Amino acid sequence: MVKDQTGSFELENVSVTYGKETAVAGVSMSVPSQAVTALIGPSGCGKSTLLRCLNRMNDEIGGVTVGGAILLDGADINARNVDPVELRIRVGQVFQKPNPFPMSVYDNVAYGPKTHGVRTRSDLDAIVEESLVRAALWNEVKGSLKKHAFELSGGQQQRLCIARALATEPEVLLMDEPASALDPISTQQIEDTIAELKDTVTIVIVTHNMQQAARISDRTAFMLRESMEAPATLIEVGDTRTMFTNPSDKRTEAYITGRFG
Amino acid sequence: MSRVRRARLAEAVAKAVMGAATLVVIGIALFLLGYLTYRGAPSVSWEFLSQAPRKAMTEGGIFPVIMGTVYLVMGTAAFALPIGIMAGVYLSEFAPRNLMTRTIRLAIANMAGVPSIVYGLFGFALFVMSLDLGVSVVAGALTLACLTLPVVITVTEESLRRIPLELRQASLALGASRMRTIQKVVLPAAAPGIVTGSILGLSRAAGETAPVLFTAVAFFAPMPSTPLDQTMALPYHLYIMATQAVRPAPHIVWGTAFVLVAGVSLINVIAAGWRSAQRRKIKW
Amino acid sequence: MSIEPLMTARGRTGRAAAIRRTAEAVTSGLIRASGWVSILILAAIASFLFLNASRALQEVGLLTMLTGDSWYPTSNDAQFGFIPMMVGTAWVTVTALVTAVPLGVASAVYISEFADGRIKEVSKSIIEVMAAIPSVVYGLLGIALLVPNVKSVFGLDTGLTAFTAGLVVGIMVLPTIVSISEDALHAVPDALRQGSAALGNTRWQTVWKVVLPSASSGIFAAVMLGMGRAIGETMVVLMLAGNAGIIPGNPFESVRTMPGTIAAEMGEVVRGGLHYSVLFVTGLVLFAVTFAINLAADLVLERQRKRWSR
Repeated sequence: MVKDQTGSFELENVSVTYGKETAVAGVSMSVPSQAVTALIGPSGCGKSTLLRCLNRMNDEIGGVTVGGAILLDGADINARNVDPVELRIRVGQVFQKPNPFPMSVYDNVAYGPKTHGVRTRSDLDAIVEESLVRAALWNEVKGSLKKHAFELSGGQQQRLCIARALATEPEVLLMDEPASALDPISTQQIEDTIAELKDTVTIVIVTHNMQQAARISDRTAFMLRESMEAPATLIEVGDTRTMFTNPSDKRTEAYITGRFG
Repeated sequence: MSRVRRARLAEAVAKAVMGAATLVVIGIALFLLGYLTYRGAPSVSWEFLSQAPRKAMTEGGIFPVIMGTVYLVMGTAAFALPIGIMAGVYLSEFAPRNLMTRTIRLAIANMAGVPSIVYGLFGFALFVMSLDLGVSVVAGALTLACLTLPVVITVTEESLRRIPLELRQASLALGASRMRTIQKVVLPAAAPGIVTGSILGLSRAAGETAPVLFTAVAFFAPMPSTPLDQTMALPYHLYIMATQAVRPAPHIVWGTAFVLVAGVSLINVIAAGWRSAQRRKIKW
Repeated sequence: MSIEPLMTARGRTGRAAAIRRTAEAVTSGLIRASGWVSILILAAIASFLFLNASRALQEVGLLTMLTGDSWYPTSNDAQFGFIPMMVGTAWVTVTALVTAVPLGVASAVYISEFADGRIKEVSKSIIEVMAAIPSVVYGLLGIALLVPNVKSVFGLDTGLTAFTAGLVVGIMVLPTIVSISEDALHAVPDALRQGSAALGNTRWQTVWKVVLPSASSGIFAAVMLGMGRAIGETMVVLMLAGNAGIIPGNPFESVRTMPGTIAAEMGEVVRGGLHYSVLFVTGLVLFAVTFAINLAADLVLERQRKRWSR
């Protein structure tokens, strides 16, 4: 399983620029390992953009430059000798809408390990089972692993995507509003899964649902874009309970109590 | 008469005129297909499909002719599919948005408009003469492949563009490289569209006469035993039998035409049906 | 941070990864190269036609051919004038467009603007089937159905005329004109239709005053592409136009066309001879003319796409 105390991020003065426009500026924070860190803020405040920096998915969009330093367990992930492909084995991602591949449940989960060279059937079987168990989907699909992924319900599909991400044994799991496209019961199941996963994986979750952040996260970072001209910045970061009961910044308080956003 | 009533009347007249035009177009299509079936279908029998021509082509069947067309189309597929699919992948997944890419797109659109007889001349000059392949199945298939390429490239690119971005991102986020993502996720998901579209393009190649006129066909030839042999082919057989036969044999002419059109349509219908079944199963 | 510590227990070894990376580099190189295939083939067509045409271009001269009014390629004092077949091609093309453009555009308007879902689908698939019929079959149907009737109705010596061929070519290019015009009409945003309807216009007034003008460039491109196909069509004219060598004064005469001439004579010429080379000049002219027409149509279509894609 995951080595103790790995998968922690340190962000130092991170900025993101699309072409000429700076979207996010001056974010410095730490993401502790084996805990849930929530990024909250109104839509368009750069949460998802910042999240995509952590596994360099921004590389896939042309014209994006990331400034500052992002350290994963002390090493700069934007250094020239780091292959983003290998970084993404350590830092997995779950997307906003469930996006299973158009293949069977089994093949979805086995996709990552196969990509990284696992060939033996028994190894793959073990990885698939373990990942589905960790994503709390095993009991529902164990009899129908050959079923096409699109036949699962939306909530099951999202947990399948979590299992698929877990199958490469990432140390960090990035989640971009993973429950926003789901019904309340499926949302509850995803939240339960996250609670169990955080013992073994560092989780960074973007959410615009403050109750969700309060329920599941250990630390919360609040981001805000104060005007259309200015880039988004980090307003406050800290222990979730403190932040929701006694925020130190007036803007955080305003957002949490629902006065804007 | 009020303005509104006049406008309503004009609308009724316009609608009737355009509806009539549509009826004429559809009527022509249905009449031609019906007439072809009426003249051609009675000739088709097991003997007609499975035997070689006899008595200077006035009796017997068209089996070697059918097989000639099948070989030509298979050869066309062997050349056009790999290159066309790769070119489609390039345009959808790699090509930068610049003048070069625009030029490539224009070139593809223009290839589709080059007259088929010009492809025939080109194929003769390059494949038959310069590459010394002779009048042969392989020279004909290469010529038909040039003509089919723009179709394969276009349908590949369009099918790939239908695949949602999220699917590519999911694969990349698992640490798969771009090539592996294309190979394992994007191409399989796009396969129904690519296969069906390519079949439509290949079936058009099956009916082409002008490109194979001087590159592949002979009026009478035994079944080709190597790709370097000449061959008979349905469209050319039809052309010669209809215009230049010494002793006309109308039942063979119409039977050949019917086999050609029915074969092409049947394959098209099966391909289109398969695609829509696949697409119903997979909704993005 | 080096690469190695990034690998997890389930990661592949460095060597296997290196092999895969090489394989992927090769594949992606192949793919990038194949992107150029279209340009390569077009360039090859132009250069091979030119190469084989060069003898005639030198010995006879392009201008002599383009302005020559008689075509006697096999006589001792051979004459290679293109005018008879250029005029023949023109008559066939004009007849085809006169047939196909009004019918095709009217059908496209009906299908796009007035027909309801079912009729739309059925019409479109029948027109697709029409497009899939090989040209040689159109030629056969023309011989059976049209040639005897043209002969008797117009009291001619032969039914093999430019008019006969043009009519059939017109039917053949109908699917091209209908489907591209329909695409152009379909691309006009619904907001424009609603805006016009909200001003109290009838459906037809909306189509006439708003939709058709907005789609006009696309419809123009459809006509151009249909024209390109009509000029280049070979089998139908070979079978139906009569292939006479005179300069036709009207479409009710037998004519020879450029594609028909190539198809009819290429099989019988001495390879490498002057006549052979002249046929390549014919091909080159045909290529240049259709290329120019298609290029114009593509540029118009591209501008239209840009206009609505904002």
